[in-house]
Amino acid sequence: MGRRATPEVNAGSMADIAFLLLIFFLVTTTIEKDKGIARQLPPEQPENIDPPKLKEKNIFIVNVNKSDQLLVEDNLMDIVDLRLAAIEFLDNGGDGSCTFCKGKRNPASSDNPDKAIISVQNDRETSYKTYIQVQNELVAAYSFLRDRESQRLYGWKFTEVKRALGEGSYPGNKEAAQEKMKTIQDLFPMKLSEAEPKTAGQ
Amino acid sequence: MSKFTKKKSGELPAVNTASLPDIVFMLLFFFMVVTVLRKDNLLVKQQLPKADQVEKLKKDRSVFIYAGKPSSRYAEKYGTEGKIQVGDKFTDVSALKAALTEQRSKLLPELQSSVVVALKVDEQTNTGLVTDIKEKLRELNMVKIIYIAASGNDVGKN
Repeated sequence: MGRRATPEVNAGSMADIAFLLLIFFLVTTTIEKDKGIARQLPPEQPENIDPPKLKEKNIFIVNVNKSDQLLVEDNLMDIVDLRLAAIEFLDNGGDGSCTFCKGKRNPASSDNPDKAIISVQNDRETSYKTYIQVQNELVAAYSFLRDRESQRLYGWKFTEVKRALGEGSYPGNKEAAQEKMKTIQDLFPMKLSEAEPKTAGQ
Repeated sequence: MSKFTKKKSGELPAVNTASLPDIVFMLLFFFMVVTVLRKDNLLVKQQLPKADQVEKLKKDRSVFIYAGKPSSRYAEKYGTEGKIQVGDKFTDVSALKAALTEQRSKLLPELQSSVVVALKVDEQTNTGLVTDIKEKLRELNMVKIIYIAASGNDVGKN
């Protein structure tokens, strides 16, 4: 008897094995989609430094109490109205130095966007959910104004270009876009301050 | 007419499955590449608050802090007060510094200076706990933080 050719390995079960592995990875996969509100904390301050003097009208105070109610500039407010109130405050342009502001130029509200500061004060027992909602609405107010200005000056939306740059999918000149974004950021600098939270009853 | 009858009587040819393994392997490799096996075992409840003004987290330079009530199977042992978890275990506010320094040392050396702290906090937690964490972070000079949130916005939908 002559030598037989080696029989071919049956590959029929290959698909089954691959399927098994596939299903394992399908089940264990969690495509990471962590997103969030980015924030920079202020660095530690020495105790004895006096806080800079600010005019009262340039500060927009948002107070959140322990039952998640909002007190905005001494008025009770629903969170739905917070975004508009913040936009109105930032965009006010009371001293007339802000040429691009479209606000009411109310002398009792902020002088210009550069001086306008939003201060959030929480109670220690405020729920984190409300805290994030407030932060989100305030960031949204800044985004709205920055979008408006970038649309006017360059014809694109600040937030969209920022996202495209972050994902690396921006088609044009990245440095030029970054330069322009810096300009917009300087028009409406994000000045969000957080006061030390109080304990209920204080 | 005879044409049709002929076809009916003929046996259905088997579909060629020779390329099936290739297709499946392709899918398999895709999922193998995108899979991230969860590193930390969650000990706390994680119902994240919703926000839509979000940025993407850069995973290679981030340190995670979880906070919230202990999840139901740990509730008996650890109570129902809000707790902080770093890495795989519960951490006290006073021990947070050491735990974070340890987590930071696990990152690539060139990224350690630009570390971002990702706060994954349950929406029912008190803000006071978050403030305590932030205070410690300031002391550690890890000032870049990101509040991880679920996508969406439920303001005005109450």
